[in-house]
Amino acid sequence: MSLANPPLNEAAPARADVDPTAEQRMFRRPSEWRIFWEAFSQDRLAVTAAAVIALVCLSAILAPLISPYDPTVGDNNLRLAPIGTPGHALGLDGQGRDILSRLIWGGRVSLVIALLPVAVATLLSVFLGLIAGFFGGTADMLIMRTLDVFFAFPAVLLAVAIAGVLGPGMLNVMLSITIVLVPYIARVAYMATVTVKNELFVDQARVCGARPRQILFHHILPNTLSPVIVYASTLVGIMIVLGAGLSFLGLGITPPKPDWGIMCADGRNFLSVAPHVSAVPGIALILVAMSFNIVGDGLRDALDPKLRK
Amino acid sequence: MLRYLAYRVASILPVLLGVSIVVFFMMKLIPGDPVEAILGPAASTDKIEMVRRSLGLDRPFYVQYFRWLGKVLQGDFGVSIAVNVPVAQLVWPKFWNTVLLTAGSLVICVVVGLGVGIVSGTRQYSWFDRISMSLTLIVANTPAFWLGLILMVVLALRLGWFPATGMYSMRAAHVTIADLLHHMVLPAITTASVSAAIIARLVRSSFLDVIRKHYVTALRAKGLSERAIVFRHALKNALPPIINIVGLQIGYLMGGALFTEVVFSWPGIGLQIYSSIVARDLPVVQAAVLVTTFVFVLVNLGTDIVVAALDPRIRRS
Repeated sequence: MSLANPPLNEAAPARADVDPTAEQRMFRRPSEWRIFWEAFSQDRLAVTAAAVIALVCLSAILAPLISPYDPTVGDNNLRLAPIGTPGHALGLDGQGRDILSRLIWGGRVSLVIALLPVAVATLLSVFLGLIAGFFGGTADMLIMRTLDVFFAFPAVLLAVAIAGVLGPGMLNVMLSITIVLVPYIARVAYMATVTVKNELFVDQARVCGARPRQILFHHILPNTLSPVIVYASTLVGIMIVLGAGLSFLGLGITPPKPDWGIMCADGRNFLSVAPHVSAVPGIALILVAMSFNIVGDGLRDALDPKLRK
Repeated sequence: MLRYLAYRVASILPVLLGVSIVVFFMMKLIPGDPVEAILGPAASTDKIEMVRRSLGLDRPFYVQYFRWLGKVLQGDFGVSIAVNVPVAQLVWPKFWNTVLLTAGSLVICVVVGLGVGIVSGTRQYSWFDRISMSLTLIVANTPAFWLGLILMVVLALRLGWFPATGMYSMRAAHVTIADLLHHMVLPAITTASVSAAIIARLVRSSFLDVIRKHYVTALRAKGLSERAIVFRHALKNALPPIINIVGLQIGYLMGGALFTEVVFSWPGIGLQIYSSIVARDLPVVQAAVLVTTFVFVLVNLGTDIVVAALDPRIRRS
């Protein structure tokens, strides 16, 4: 046997006259990252949006260092002072607290209650979608039909009901957002798994004697990740708005901790005299949610070879 | 078509059953003992045991579930803890108020979404297209509760064009439709905003897909006017995905109306759910969530059937 089938590297002896490294260098395929970055950086809008997100994330991480005032302590003499008050660029809220400081600290909460659930839900969904799609049969029915039930609820209603039943608190909000997200992302993971499972290269791997676990993790998983990640990234913006909405209703973060949704709600009582108290956090919400959406679209275009220019 | 219909109707039954199970057990997740909550901390153990038995709470969960389901199917959702009236009496009028608001929003969604989408789609890269697409991108990401506040400040409080809250004028002698519509304008715009933007973007891209097809080129070559091409040929073929998304948005409007109702004090089911959550009046929350979700499922079913009726490719697959 070993004589009839010589190992591959012996079949093609190295040629002395060609420097193999030079040849490799000339024909080397650019790395996946490079291809992706070259496509993504063409999209000027997406790059700008990514910069906005980076800036907001940075300010959220550095909040203790860059926040000009304590976000929970107010100055009673300057209550509801407008935008442009000396020392308080974005004005003050109903309790005399600096809105810029609250915006910076609130960004922390608003980003975390959207990003963490999306990340957790994506992991969970990929796991569920892979199992249901790959094994089929009972696993498929059990997992996907259960998720269909959660899919049947209007998303906002389900989030409000779960957060309401569990009571206010950051963990409960994140739990409710995660539960809302899983059926949506799992569907995408499931569809991707089923599509990839029927590709020829999976059959080939099976013919070569790969075990199911190898096929699942080495061949199917890497190919389902890209559509799932793209889809999940488009959800981040919506979830920032939903998380802020739950806080707005008083079902999320408990005051005095700032959060963009709570800040909008705080301004409700002063709408006619000081609309900026509600307006400023709302504009921040729109800007960040929109940036995540634009980046999501940019990711989709850059990762899909058919959409690349 | 009939087979498709039967299949689709049959396929939602297990989903509805599952929804009822989820709603039932969601209320069991609440920390604390409901009987102690009713009787207060001073109640004796005997008394607690007695009430527990009279409410059937000593039976296994599945027995409780089927008893509850049996009553729900007869329209009996129990009694509100907070105000001690039958839940059904509380929820149904609120439900119709939400239906009214949803209908108003839907009209705005369809008119604005279709209008903007068609004009943008037929004039790609025109100034109208550029401006409207930037605007829809912003509006699609605007939190409804925030937009509601801003509209309230500008159009109700500053300019006084519309009433800021409620459904009817308190001082009016009669309930009139004009008064209702006047109160509905701001909440309906707020509820419709995100959906209208999404519909406009989808109509545009759906239109662009169709307008590039060869048969449209053939129609142009035949000498048909652009108007006839758009309305008689392109719109018809772009319609199925549009109807699909509009149907999905109806459900979204019903859920999203919750924020609008809270901001504008519109006495709908969303406001009821919100105030019942705050009051820990869980039978009401249970009933309201169940009713809204059932309607949501039925609306989606109706949408699928309409799309299948319009597009033979779908019902044959």
